[in-house]
Amino acid sequence: MTLDWNAFTPWPALAGGLLIGLAAAMFVLLNGRIAGISGILGGLLKPVRGDVGWRAAFVAGLIAAPWAYAAFSALPRVQVDAGYGMLVAAGLLVGIGTRYGAGCTSGHGVCGLSRLSPRSLVATVIFMSAGFAVVFLARHLFRF
Amino acid sequence: MLMLSSLLAGLVFGLGLTVSGMANPAKVLGFLDIAGPWDPSLALVMAGAIAVGFFAFLLAKKRRLSLLGAEMKLPAAGRIDRRLVAGSLLFGAGWGLAGFCPGPGLVALGMGEPKAAVFVLAMLAGMAIFELLERQRP
Repeated sequence: MTLDWNAFTPWPALAGGLLIGLAAAMFVLLNGRIAGISGILGGLLKPVRGDVGWRAAFVAGLIAAPWAYAAFSALPRVQVDAGYGMLVAAGLLVGIGTRYGAGCTSGHGVCGLSRLSPRSLVATVIFMSAGFAVVFLARHLFRF
Repeated sequence: MLMLSSLLAGLVFGLGLTVSGMANPAKVLGFLDIAGPWDPSLALVMAGAIAVGFFAFLLAKKRRLSLLGAEMKLPAAGRIDRRLVAGSLLFGAGWGLAGFCPGPGLVALGMGEPKAAVFVLAMLAGMAIFELLERQRP
């Protein structure tokens, strides 16, 4: 394994991580809920009275975040190498998978590991391993 | 009040994803590609988030109501079952295909990235398929 020192950004990564932790902390201490993005979004597709507003508000905050960022600094460049067909396949897998697995990188990865939940640890190890495996297949074995 | 705190939490979460570079799929794939030149940034993002989250959940576990008086809805210790394993496998595979997970997809959509819009629409379709399949369950 070789480290990509040109790509590695330790300080922004740590600072952004602290902000994500702060957001999860705010959400559990103020709203009493887990900041799990797939669950928050997925709940909007099965709307329950009185349960829609806060979900929509959280999602709106996420989408508006780059606008707030852009008020102070130039937005970082985003590079999406996947083609449209690949993006559709990826989106379908992420949508179905996160709902069956009841969580994604935020709910299981950040909040679950913070809570020392064994279930979330298992989920995180599995989705990270699957991610490593697919990238290995795509970049080094089959080059798709 | 709960709406406002929810909006604020989403905003701070999205800022964290933007600052950390995790809204950029190329950077996420740089972490997932352990056989190539490896970018460990994502591990530090997780470490920073968990360092704060750990203490927040320690506090939260002791409370019955949130600071705003909402009921604490922490998941009960659930089972490690086939749904968790299969779901996480599918999610990880999709994550590796494009480098997007749900949060970064939404943030990149906010940046006006058309490819993020395609990903988010497909993800919503996937979630809708899940709801339909759940309805068929006895």
